[in-house]
Amino acid sequence: MKAPESYISADEIASRIPDGALIGVPKEDGGVAMEVTRALVRRNARNLRLLTVPVSSMQADMLIGAGCLSEIETSGVSMGEFGYAPSFRRAVQDGTIVIRDATCPALYAELQASEKGSPFQPLRGIIGSDVLANRADWKVIDNPFAEGGSDPIVLLPAVRPDVALFHARYGDRYGNVWVGPKRECVLLAHASASTFVTVEEIWDGNLMEDERMLAGTIPPVYVDAVAHAERGAWPLSLANCYERDGKHLQSYVKAAKTPEGFTDYLKQHVYGEQAAA
Amino acid sequence: MEYTREELLICAIARMLDGCKNIAVGTASPIPGSAALLVQALTGGASRASILGSDIHNPFNDGGPELFDRAGQGRVDAFFLGGGQIDGEANINLVSTGPYPEPDTRFPGSFGSAYLYFSVPRVILFREEHSRRVFVDKVDFISAPGWSPPGVHRPGGPYALITSLCIFRYDRERHRFRLDGLLPGATLEEVRDNTGFDFDCPDNIGPVAAPEPDKLALIHSRIAEEISETYPEFARNRLGWQG
Repeated sequence: MKAPESYISADEIASRIPDGALIGVPKEDGGVAMEVTRALVRRNARNLRLLTVPVSSMQADMLIGAGCLSEIETSGVSMGEFGYAPSFRRAVQDGTIVIRDATCPALYAELQASEKGSPFQPLRGIIGSDVLANRADWKVIDNPFAEGGSDPIVLLPAVRPDVALFHARYGDRYGNVWVGPKRECVLLAHASASTFVTVEEIWDGNLMEDERMLAGTIPPVYVDAVAHAERGAWPLSLANCYERDGKHLQSYVKAAKTPEGFTDYLKQHVYGEQAAA
Repeated sequence: MEYTREELLICAIARMLDGCKNIAVGTASPIPGSAALLVQALTGGASRASILGSDIHNPFNDGGPELFDRAGQGRVDAFFLGGGQIDGEANINLVSTGPYPEPDTRFPGSFGSAYLYFSVPRVILFREEHSRRVFVDKVDFISAPGWSPPGVHRPGGPYALITSLCIFRYDRERHRFRLDGLLPGATLEEVRDNTGFDFDCPDNIGPVAAPEPDKLALIHSRIAEEISETYPEFARNRLGWQG
């Protein structure tokens, strides 16, 4: 089905994400906008700050390797069964990126605070960890509701990404996008100042008028622009649509182990003609 | 009776999960995943396994935060964690070795450990590489502490540590590991030589109990099939799955 006229391209989304922006992105199986990620590399984006919700794999690694990021807040960057994330590891070890180590539910809490318009969100655990010790922006207070004795609890500040960016299964011509059970994408859209989405397929009809689709739909009030990108999460997976491309991920990990190999990879798969493969 | 090391560990972990109603298994964990599915099968579903990365064995639908929300409420009874380093007080390090933030070796990151180690009553540490590189006197970075001082809300914590050589149990009062059983071929001396922290040891340390025949049969039939959805290579190469 033809993309609606209101849709823009993945490259146009990349051009509307300014250098220096804080970008919130979902984890590997949450709908990762890899086509826009490649477009960000192509447009030579700089000083982006990435908030992974709550972890990332190739998306973070590629943006780091291409020099697009100055900072990353994450609970983990890994290529999973394909091994460590080479560019991430290299950049952190060399000190060429600012790392803000977190733990998964703390990142959700930062966004939940933003979603509610609250200054912070409390969360159990974390106390006594070096994660907390290295986060000057995370505070510990005494639970004001505790009955008898002190009860320390961590507060996470609200974090409002400039941009939420993800890939969804469906979009319709009314500007709705459908993420199904990927609630972290809903959270990202609610919590962020703007949201850009690529969609795999065009939905014939109005997603908000179909009660089976309604609960998994994000309405246009949260969505600034949509692009149609078939296989837009490739080489990562899109739930119930396609599996991740294991062979490709393996070859990426191998290539990215050296800066030269990484550059060759970009030439071939990001700048080259095979970019749309 | 013949069995593999994987089958032995699956059965040993299954015993530790006795009585757990909700068992959650994270990423890259085929052996814990098989153990959780085994307990689910043995209890006729009274124990429920949720396997990250599985579409079938994941009875939840509210996205990434749901596991943590459930754990925070006390609705997750058992979970598994690893560590690039683990020390004698059960502090775990998933971040890096050497100085922070510019380390010698960077690992992926803390994931949910700094939260789940506090909220899940039975956290089983699983780390196959048994070496002084992994089992250190003191971790370089505490992703999650093994214990907390009085006054810190902490219903959860470490329960056991499983390696390629042995099984330790964790003493929460004394913040120390106690050797509980040796794996086939391993000796106490070998464990001591390859462990960088001090631990307690009973006078007569024996082997980890062999797999029960009924459990072994179930592993070869139903569990191999079930775990193959998430870990096909593991099911094929380690459990003899023919699919």
